[in-house]
Amino acid sequence: MVYFLIFISAIFVNNIVLSQFLGICPFLGVSKKIDTALGMSAAVTFVLVLATVVTYLLQMLLVAWGLEFLQTILFILIIAALVQMIEIILKKISPSLYQALGVFLPLITTNCCILGVAILVANGTEKLPMGAEHGMLTGTLFALATALGFGLALVLFAGLREQLAMNRVPKAMQGTPIALLTAGLLAMAFMGFSGVV
Amino acid sequence: MNNGMKTLTNGLLRENPTFVLVLGMCPTLATTTSAINGMSMGLATMFVLICSNVVISLLKNLIPDKVRIPAFIVVIATFVTMVQLVMQAYLPAIYDVLGLFIPLIVVNCIVLGRAEAFAAKNSVGLSALDGIGMGLGFTLALTILGAIRELLGTGAVFGLPIFSDHFAALIFVLAPGAFICLAYLMALANKLQKK
Repeated sequence: MVYFLIFISAIFVNNIVLSQFLGICPFLGVSKKIDTALGMSAAVTFVLVLATVVTYLLQMLLVAWGLEFLQTILFILIIAALVQMIEIILKKISPSLYQALGVFLPLITTNCCILGVAILVANGTEKLPMGAEHGMLTGTLFALATALGFGLALVLFAGLREQLAMNRVPKAMQGTPIALLTAGLLAMAFMGFSGVV
Repeated sequence: MNNGMKTLTNGLLRENPTFVLVLGMCPTLATTTSAINGMSMGLATMFVLICSNVVISLLKNLIPDKVRIPAFIVVIATFVTMVQLVMQAYLPAIYDVLGLFIPLIVVNCIVLGRAEAFAAKNSVGLSALDGIGMGLGFTLALTILGAIRELLGTGAVFGLPIFSDHFAALIFVLAPGAFICLAYLMALANKLQKK
């Protein structure tokens, strides 16, 4: 039950994009079409879960050696290396998956939701529902749920923007402003979930 | 001199990182719940931006082209860690509010963007000026956004009450208000630029 609540909490109540403001760049950048939005969400899910597990283990080493201050530097390097490795492995093992995710992978290194979630989970400060304890399993589930929440927000937003592209928008509002306004309304809709968990 | 002045004002207005280049959206939206929070975030980013611009400009001939991005990231992450430790020690209250977004300066596109687009090609002096200009532009944008959200959301600016909070709409301090305020500010910037 607690594991189920982790998903509800991270996908709807504390949505990573619409209430935690992480990963706004890809949210605004690759949300013009539903297809690319789906590809990006899949790539983020893949990398986010792997990066969280790897950095969680790394954090244990850092704590054991008393090197916590190196967290930021090491995490970003590990994530960059991990993304590069995933790219190489995918290319070798599954060219079709690489075709689908390949373009998005390099963009993911600087996606702040990856580093953000990795730091949150490693420090044991992620927002969990009542009764869940911080640990490797909950951390990994939290990462998976967060990535799904990111995907949901991104795909919803892409759908709205596809519709929006056909409408006439005042000149000053064209482009980013109207996209932000749409995101604001979406965030307001998601606020309806607050207090559920 | 003229060139230096142009570099300095470039980031403030013509290429304002928030309103014109649309970079670094995450901290812009997340930390502007009040004017003071926005300003602290802007200043922290500005410090990292100036230092990393200077160091990268100094090292630009030593760093091999192929590994330049990881090298830049290490330089940036070093300064971010410095800011993080200093803030934790001397400004714990602000550090608690900004929290996660201090280490996330590493992945702020403005910092890496300026390193790649400016510092890697220009002299140390100009890079420092570019860092100051861009940093001020970012700080200015965050402070304005923070002030507007604080005013509409709580009726105060920098903690000074302007009108009673009975008339304030809390939603502007919450997540949707961030998106909506920034949308209208950007539309205003677009309108002013067209003229």
